Amino acid sequence: MSGAEPARVLPRRLLLALPLVAAAAGGLGFYALLRRMEAGRYDPHGVDNPLVGHAIPTFAALPAQAPATQGFGAADLRAAGRPVLVNFFASWCVPCRIEHPQLMALARAGVPLWGIAYKDHEAAAEALLAEEGNPYHQLARDESGRVSIDWGIYGVPETFLIDRAGIVRGHWAGPLSADLVASEVRPMLGKYA
Amino acid sequence: MIPELGHFALALAVVLAGSQAVLPLWGAERRDPALMASAPPLAIGQFLALALAFGALVWSSVVSDFSVLNVAENSQSLKPLLYKITGAWGDHEGSILLWCLILATCGAAVGVFGGALPAALRARVIGVLGATSAGFVLFSLTVSNPFVRLWPAPMEGRGMNPLLEDPGLAFHPPILYAGYVGFAIPFAFAVAALIEGRVDAAWGRWVRPWALAAWAFLTGGIALGSWWSYYVLGWGGYWFWDPVENASLLPWLAGTALVHSAIVVEKREALKIWTVLLAIGTFSLSLCGTFLVRSGILNSVHAFANDPARGVFILVLLALVIGTALVLFAWRAPRLMPTGVFAPLSREGALVVNNILLCAIAAVVFTGTTYPLFAQLLAGAQISVGAPFFNATVLPLTIPLFAAMVVGPMLSWKRAQLAPALFRLWWVALAALLVGLISAWGWAALPALGFAGAAWLVLGAFAPIIERVRLFRLPLGASWVRLAGVPLAAWGGVIAHAGLGLTTAGLSGMALAEHRIVAVHPGETVAVGGYDWTLLGLRDAPGPNYTARLAEIRVARDGRTIAILTPGRRSYPLQRTTTTETAIRTNLARDLYAVLGEEHDGTAVLRLHVNPLAPWIWLGALVMALGGGLSLADRRLRIGAPLRRGAAARAASA
Repeated sequence: MSGAEPARVLPRRLLLALPLVAAAAGGLGFYALLRRMEAGRYDPHGVDNPLVGHAIPTFAALPAQAPATQGFGAADLRAAGRPVLVNFFASWCVPCRIEHPQLMALARAGVPLWGIAYKDHEAAAEALLAEEGNPYHQLARDESGRVSIDWGIYGVPETFLIDRAGIVRGHWAGPLSADLVASEVRPMLGKYA
Repeated sequence: MIPELGHFALALAVVLAGSQAVLPLWGAERRDPALMASAPPLAIGQFLALALAFGALVWSSVVSDFSVLNVAENSQSLKPLLYKITGAWGDHEGSILLWCLILATCGAAVGVFGGALPAALRARVIGVLGATSAGFVLFSLTVSNPFVRLWPAPMEGRGMNPLLEDPGLAFHPPILYAGYVGFAIPFAFAVAALIEGRVDAAWGRWVRPWALAAWAFLTGGIALGSWWSYYVLGWGGYWFWDPVENASLLPWLAGTALVHSAIVVEKREALKIWTVLLAIGTFSLSLCGTFLVRSGILNSVHAFANDPARGVFILVLLALVIGTALVLFAWRAPRLMPTGVFAPLSREGALVVNNILLCAIAAVVFTGTTYPLFAQLLAGAQISVGAPFFNATVLPLTIPLFAAMVVGPMLSWKRAQLAPALFRLWWVALAALLVGLISAWGWAALPALGFAGAAWLVLGAFAPIIERVRLFRLPLGASWVRLAGVPLAAWGGVIAHAGLGLTTAGLSGMALAEHRIVAVHPGETVAVGGYDWTLLGLRDAPGPNYTARLAEIRVARDGRTIAILTPGRRSYPLQRTTTTETAIRTNLARDLYAVLGEEHDGTAVLRLHVNPLAPWIWLGALVMALGGGLSLADRRLRIGAPLRRGAAARAASA
């Protein structure tokens, strides 16, 4: 901004090229992100769960959710002896109803699906399952939502894949679609079977 | 038939924009008067073609032509007429067409009102606008075409997002876009100046009105958006530091800096390189604001069409526009030599401080907005940056900015002394201190600081005028005569600065807002913010394309009824969505604000707010925009004089 003497002309030139360099770097960054989005490797609305790759959080057995008569806890999940899908749902959640047919299909295919009713009235959740069908092998309810906090639940529905050793292998926030089941859930179930 | 006509007009606009880019620029290079003179008609032609295309889209929407995909996806036959019209720009394709139309309007405006500009400069400015326009109209025609047909045509459209069925939002995009796109003109002037290798006082004088107009629109657009989120979303907030909001704030900050630094170019022929960079930067930020947000990269509540293929097209376009300008800048800017010199302590110095602070705020907001993206890119970490970061970083920067805003106009050009200027502001400082102390007595420290700042800004804004008319130092009559001689531009600055003071008061008042979420039976009374709120009853009410549930709430103070509020919930069966209809009663000193939530077991959940001074936030913004407009009115009167003299001089030398 102040008058430049001839000796300083080169640094001044470099300084004036700085905006170009900064904009180019920013542009390349955006380009890389767009490419990742196209390839499906970056989802700006995605919700990562820190549990993936780690053991499930320990929690005491949750009370049963009707029609089940017995709830479950972390120990039961670890003792399942086969990979299990844990699905957090609620009767008040519209996307859960959208997801329901996928869950029914998974259950028909023999996939062990364990459900946790999140912050729900027991009767309302029971009515939902009576109306739409019950895909769950085991059912518990987390009325206070405390256990769900330990799982890092962001909203319902969320689904986790737990392997034999009780390690979280997969996580899906939002409703499972038929595509998602075919492209991600099933291959992972096969991998950890 | 009409949509085909629109489609054809859009294609024609691409051709005209292409010619507008090539012929005038080439003509200016070859000093060919005929080619240079082709610039205004081409710009006006491009504007007419796009106006025709836009009219065709609005027409298709008004007559509910569901064979047009865009209309089928965003409209329905039962929608009120106003929203059929405004719905034309409610979605991605339509809003891009509107964006192009406003850009073409800018080119046509320079063509019509730029008669006093030197022919070569005018040709170059219009040429640069044409080149920018060509890219975006091509984008609209190829990958974002609003006239794509749908066959067989459905009987009924899918309907608009009910949140957008609101008068505030209906006019928010055109005003905001006029602000965003308006900065294309200073940008074109900057690029033209770089091509010519010359920036002088006249250049500053030509650029400033365009920058001011764009700034005033952007101020109004941001305020309208913020007001909309306050009364429609029903969250009781007015600004969420959401990426889309930040995207509009960034060009506003840069544009504010530009409006000020252009004064220095105009008056003192200094800060030339910086002003050119700001003009490029402001429009670049506007482009990023409109388009990167739409590419779906940024996670935002304002999710638009999420299409990476479009994103790549846009990115290439942005790279061409911004990249070309910055390459030119790196190459040609070293030639722009400052001729005016000034002492650090002077009016120019204060404007430099203002620029540094505004750009620092912009840098902080930019960092906070893009940090999550780049953290994801470079470290693979998922991070979100929220309001606490922005509040903690922006607030400290506003304190010196507010100080400079009042002290700066008291300093003289070239060289000034700080002590006398500060001494003349003693009464402003005293008043601000008193306001601060009185508020600190009743409330927390931060709002008190805000109120003191507001008083300092509003009173301090008028200090230069009081100084100018020598109030109480001359007889009142003499002061009055001097007052009549104060130019509108000076008033514009005073009013804009005072407007920011009003907004600051509103923001500080909102910091004192009280709210409660309650579940009440009809007949029950709760106390919030010194008022007694009684739920009188709940009822259903039918609407044209929705059904509403209304709550009637009596607000009383000391047993006296002050207002009956009827907040509601609307269910739109077609879109399967529910919107909340906030009820607000204002008396300018405070807003009573009620939202109806869920109902169960005979109780209704109500959110009740008392928001002191809330309307001042938007009122202040309106006053700021008004200040810009006043200054502009003055410019227009004065702009011709020196130019015509210049034209006469050229004629004499020829």
